[in-house]
Amino acid sequence: MLRPFDSLPRRGRGPLWRDPAARALVFQVLLLIGLASVIGLLVHNTLQNLDARGINTGFDFLDNRAGFSISQTLISYDGNSTYGRTFVIGLLNTLLVSALGIVAATIIGFTVGIARLSPNYLLAKLATVYVELFRNIPLLLQILFWYIAVIRSMPSPRQSLSLGDMVFLNGRGLFVPAPEPQTGFWFSVAALLAGSVAAMLMARHNRQRQSRTGRRLPMGWIIPALVLGLPVMVFLVSGSPLQWDVPALKGFNFSGGLTVLPELLALWIALSIYTAAFIAEIVRSGIQSVPKGQTEAARALSLPPRLTMNQVIIPQAMRVIIPQMTSQYLNLIKNSSLATAIGYPDLVAVFAGTTLNQVGQSVEIMAMTMAVYLVLSLLVSLLMNIYNARTALRER
Amino acid sequence: MINKNNQVLSFAALTGIALLGASAMAQAATLDEVKDRGQVRCGVSDGLAGFSSPDSKGKWQGIDVEVCKAVAAAVLDDQNKVAFAPLTAKERFTALQSGEVDVLSRNTTWTASRDNSMGLNFAGVNFYDGQGFLVKKSLGVSSARELDGASICVNSGTTTELNLADYFRAQDMQYKAVAFDEMSQTAQGFDSGRCDALTSDSSQLAALRLQLKEPDSAVILPERISKEPLGPVVAQGDDQWFDVVKWTLFAMLDAEELGVTSSNVDDMRDNPPNPNVARLLGKDGNYGEQMGLSNAWAYNIIKQVGNYGEVYDRTVGKDSPLDIPRGINALWNNGGIQYAPPIR
Repeated sequence: MLRPFDSLPRRGRGPLWRDPAARALVFQVLLLIGLASVIGLLVHNTLQNLDARGINTGFDFLDNRAGFSISQTLISYDGNSTYGRTFVIGLLNTLLVSALGIVAATIIGFTVGIARLSPNYLLAKLATVYVELFRNIPLLLQILFWYIAVIRSMPSPRQSLSLGDMVFLNGRGLFVPAPEPQTGFWFSVAALLAGSVAAMLMARHNRQRQSRTGRRLPMGWIIPALVLGLPVMVFLVSGSPLQWDVPALKGFNFSGGLTVLPELLALWIALSIYTAAFIAEIVRSGIQSVPKGQTEAARALSLPPRLTMNQVIIPQAMRVIIPQMTSQYLNLIKNSSLATAIGYPDLVAVFAGTTLNQVGQSVEIMAMTMAVYLVLSLLVSLLMNIYNARTALRER
Repeated sequence: MINKNNQVLSFAALTGIALLGASAMAQAATLDEVKDRGQVRCGVSDGLAGFSSPDSKGKWQGIDVEVCKAVAAAVLDDQNKVAFAPLTAKERFTALQSGEVDVLSRNTTWTASRDNSMGLNFAGVNFYDGQGFLVKKSLGVSSARELDGASICVNSGTTTELNLADYFRAQDMQYKAVAFDEMSQTAQGFDSGRCDALTSDSSQLAALRLQLKEPDSAVILPERISKEPLGPVVAQGDDQWFDVVKWTLFAMLDAEELGVTSSNVDDMRDNPPNPNVARLLGKDGNYGEQMGLSNAWAYNIIKQVGNYGEVYDRTVGKDSPLDIPRGINALWNNGGIQYAPPIR
């Protein structure tokens, strides 16, 4: 039975232990059993020790009442919510700051990365200073710096900076009016969707037309008209069905409207600026990895520099850029756990912090927290791999 | 190839055996471990004046620190044989559960869930406290009931955080909690104006107030919204060690009650004025040996560290900058509730 390598020259039938293939199989099975028993032993040992020390185990605690307050909750939460809810709240807060950070870091990173290669001496040097400064200072220090800088420079609620009595800024955060859709507002949303779909279809048609005939329709103004103009028109025609909940000073602080916490602001700024420094270097290296001949060929075809960059260089540079960007995005998500240093209620601060301390079941809570970061990272990797496969150069 | 596989296998087997051994060893007696090591590992706070904070020479000082020193004096005859581990509120229980520290003396509130479900044992109460609020005078608030809508800085992972939520719900008031990991950050948040009020145990508030840039600009509100019995904690499952820490605390209280101080302890031992003192100082009976210590255990504590009253006055009481009155922390026969079972 154990002769998987029929193509190998036969050495004559000996005892089974002389057969290298059989021996290899036996050793691999033994190794697997060994590994499984080591893991089993670890789990068993942990459970036994937890039990011997009278520490609760299991996930029942998730249904218990949490009874503490969290400063930023994207979904409804009060003191009677459960520990399971604190997990979701923390997770959403982590996702929020990560998503904001990824968008901002990408924009800043691309700008600085391209600026580093600019023929403008001042711009290039400024970009270099930016990169060298922000990637060489530990992130935690930057977070603390921005936090203290943000808070210290803000006035108290009663002396808030205001913008037309609508937007207020003070040491408690940034207060902006919150939109409150009235009946009929959904027509405008539907118009926005319809306009966007139409714009996408037209852009696609134009691309196909270009690859067929080599000519583009002049569509510069049609797309914004469809995406923005149509919903605005519907909005006005339907009688502006949107009211604003304007924040107002009440007692100690503003109430109403939307609040952006200073912790979120500081963490967002710090994460974006720090990660952007690395992204800038990735973009620069990606662009420089495109052979100079490509630029020269584009110039020979008398393409303007802007088109050369957008249509020739960047698409080729993306091959180098995207895999490295993925790891920067993953770093940003994981670095967001430093939020705990400034009291931003992310997953680590809320769930692996306060909840862990109230419940005391570190094994379960840490396992859940680590699983979240693992799943998030794998998801981002997956999305980036799909994007990479779609934008990879297709040889024609 | 075969050789390599063999090595891997024997490594796995050895690891397995090592783990088995570890599981058998997990419940070894802490007292023996401490004696072998020649050092008590003690978890303290990350800096709270009066309770546990390093002084200008880097030496740990405070009423919680004195408990650690007293345990070292009782077990190892030397109050200096302590390794201090500064822990944040969030880290403290995990450090004790995992055996990183032998005793946690870190202004920790004794609660049912901590005692019963976290594998901890509270060895007693070395400070009875209550939660209060610290506010800036400029806020013009004179009672906690006026704090509706305030932003409140709080140390995360504390009973304080829960009491705060309970209190505001009971009073039907709103608040915004801003939770920080470390007490120093919490204080900075308050000082820099991120919050209207800071809440913590009132003894901590007294200490924090002194650390503000302008202590006189802040005031502690009169309300006490909770009971906070603070005391040393040990891991559950080692009764002998639990007894040692518990009776170390009792010995300090009994010594104050019997009038034994660090300055008169030698006289008292040579000429015990009464049988209680003789038993406390090991002239009569073998109360130390019953716990696995020497009979001079209490003598060492009092000689080197002092009785409870001396320690209190020196760290948080009248001889310290905090100047917190004894209040309910006075002895039971002196108007307070500090009471220790007798040594006999």
